[in-house]
Amino acid sequence: MKILVTAKRVTDPDSKIQLKPDRSGINLDNVDFKMNPFCEIAVEEALRLIDAAGDGETIAVAVGDSDATKEIRTAMAMGCDRGILVEADETQLDSDAVARVLAAICAKEKPDLVLLGKQAIDGDSNQVGQLLAEYLGWPQATFAYKISLNGTSGATVQREVDGGVETVSLTFPAVITTDLRLNEPRYASLPGIMKAKKKPLEETTAADLGVDLALKVESVGFEPPPARQAGVKVKTVDELIEKLAGEAKVI
Amino acid sequence: MAEKSKTTARFVWDDPLLLDDQLTVEERMVRDSARAYCQERLMPRIQTAFREESTDPAIFREFGALGLLGVTIDGYGCAGLNYVCYGLIAREVERVDSGYRSMMSVQSSLVMHPIHAFGTDALRERFLPGLASGEKIGCFGLTEPNHGSDPGSMESRAVRVPGGYRLTGTKRWITNSPIADVFVVWVKTADDGIIRGFVLEKGMEGLSAPKIEGKFSLRASVTGDIVMDDVFVPEENRLPGVEGLKGPFSCLNSARYGIAWGALGAAEFCWHAARQYTLDRQQFGRPLAANQLIQRKLADMQTEIALGLQGCLRLGRMKDEGKAAPEITSIMKRNSCGKALDIARMARDMHGGNGIVDDYHVIRHVLNLETVNTYEGTHDIHALILGRAQTGIAAFGG
Repeated sequence: MKILVTAKRVTDPDSKIQLKPDRSGINLDNVDFKMNPFCEIAVEEALRLIDAAGDGETIAVAVGDSDATKEIRTAMAMGCDRGILVEADETQLDSDAVARVLAAICAKEKPDLVLLGKQAIDGDSNQVGQLLAEYLGWPQATFAYKISLNGTSGATVQREVDGGVETVSLTFPAVITTDLRLNEPRYASLPGIMKAKKKPLEETTAADLGVDLALKVESVGFEPPPARQAGVKVKTVDELIEKLAGEAKVI
Repeated sequence: MAEKSKTTARFVWDDPLLLDDQLTVEERMVRDSARAYCQERLMPRIQTAFREESTDPAIFREFGALGLLGVTIDGYGCAGLNYVCYGLIAREVERVDSGYRSMMSVQSSLVMHPIHAFGTDALRERFLPGLASGEKIGCFGLTEPNHGSDPGSMESRAVRVPGGYRLTGTKRWITNSPIADVFVVWVKTADDGIIRGFVLEKGMEGLSAPKIEGKFSLRASVTGDIVMDDVFVPEENRLPGVEGLKGPFSCLNSARYGIAWGALGAAEFCWHAARQYTLDRQQFGRPLAANQLIQRKLADMQTEIALGLQGCLRLGRMKDEGKAAPEITSIMKRNSCGKALDIARMARDMHGGNGIVDDYHVIRHVLNLETVNTYEGTHDIHALILGRAQTGIAAFGG
């Protein structure tokens, strides 16, 4: 069995980000980067599925600049067998471009399964998995919280939906996106990090894959949320009711 | 050039000299992995562990699973990383607690290192894989009740007998000893007075390791004695590769290097905590951090930590290139510990009354760093090492 898994590089969720002075984007100087936490879950699940299947290969893929090799190496340190970096300017990508790049890689690699984080915690778009399944014409299951293999021909996926669980079954090749509660990703062990140094990491470009990266969606501006205003103290219940009704308009 | 000098680079307050940029991709991955484990798995446990003075042996197995034990050793289940990685790991572990870092340093530098460097192949095969996985816990006995800074005058003795030696004596302030399976002990052979290393095992007749009670420091890391009452140790358990004080000193040199990084990790925690606390805490209608006295303290902390880390990194690179004299470790161990203790005390002060409660963690670091400044060569002893190295005059004895 062959599983392709994404390892997107995102700004560290624990670090504070700042907008560029002209508000055209995020200031990425000296910001820490991590693998998207939903991608970490996808990597972990890929490794567990291969273990369950008894045999197979996992390939970690990232689309981004050369610094994203760190996230691919991290995925390989966790256990992925090899990596592919599609070099591209991260600030000039939209979900559709990434999905088309991944579709081109799938055409070449012919995986049985593509596992992706349901969304990246920077853009929060939640689109790549769905677009990829559409471009490939493959079945998809999004927001997986439990995946079990049906031999090597398909999988049963449980999805958390409002107020309950939906169980779907799909046949490979397929696309599955991972939700938060699917698993708890392992830490990259130190011997794993050393082993990852020797694993093959292929670098390619969208042009090599025959994909045009022209944007369909362009970011035109960013605004920080409005600064929180200081609270006020009220003297009477009547004043509170008046403010809740008149100013806050919540009653 | 003119173009470059015009751009205003952004100041990174918590890494002003951009240490991050000086690390390789692998080094950053090691740091990130260690940091994630420490913050997610160790940090939530430390308050109770310290308060209740409880040492969790499972932590050794967790360290082992992640590959944090004996990281600089190649083979036997160890990662084979460089000294910079070892330092980065010590910094992340001690950012949580000096006791956890002590448990790791002792296992790596004081137990696995001598078995690897001075042991026979058979000893390595027998002990290193279990110590690397954390299934076995190790300790190191050099200090004695009456011989701390002056280990050369130790009283413990080994008497040659058919097939091996009989060891007698007491070792004190031994990290991990009450829960240890493997004891690397340094004693003098009675006939020639030469210091030699032996590997003792739990269960040997006459060997015991009582816990030292009443510690107000490193409470998450158990400390004890090693009592040897005529313990028979077979010849194959001797470390044949070294004799004299250079054996234990080579171990200490490696551990002290880790302490130099680790103490600054604890200092960083205290600095960040003090900064956040004084930003959040309002007195007289404004944050404490608006006071010049507070800002000066924060500037001092930032400066000492940034400079200290550069020294540690330089020493790590020199060790990796094989050109670090032990005196440099004395400079860095002494500097890091003294400065970290000052920073922790300052941070405690800046937290006001809250600073004495373990919810805020700084008092725990203050208490821990009192030990870290003392063990593995006190601040003053390292000064004497450095004094001797530049004057040629040893000031240790009378």
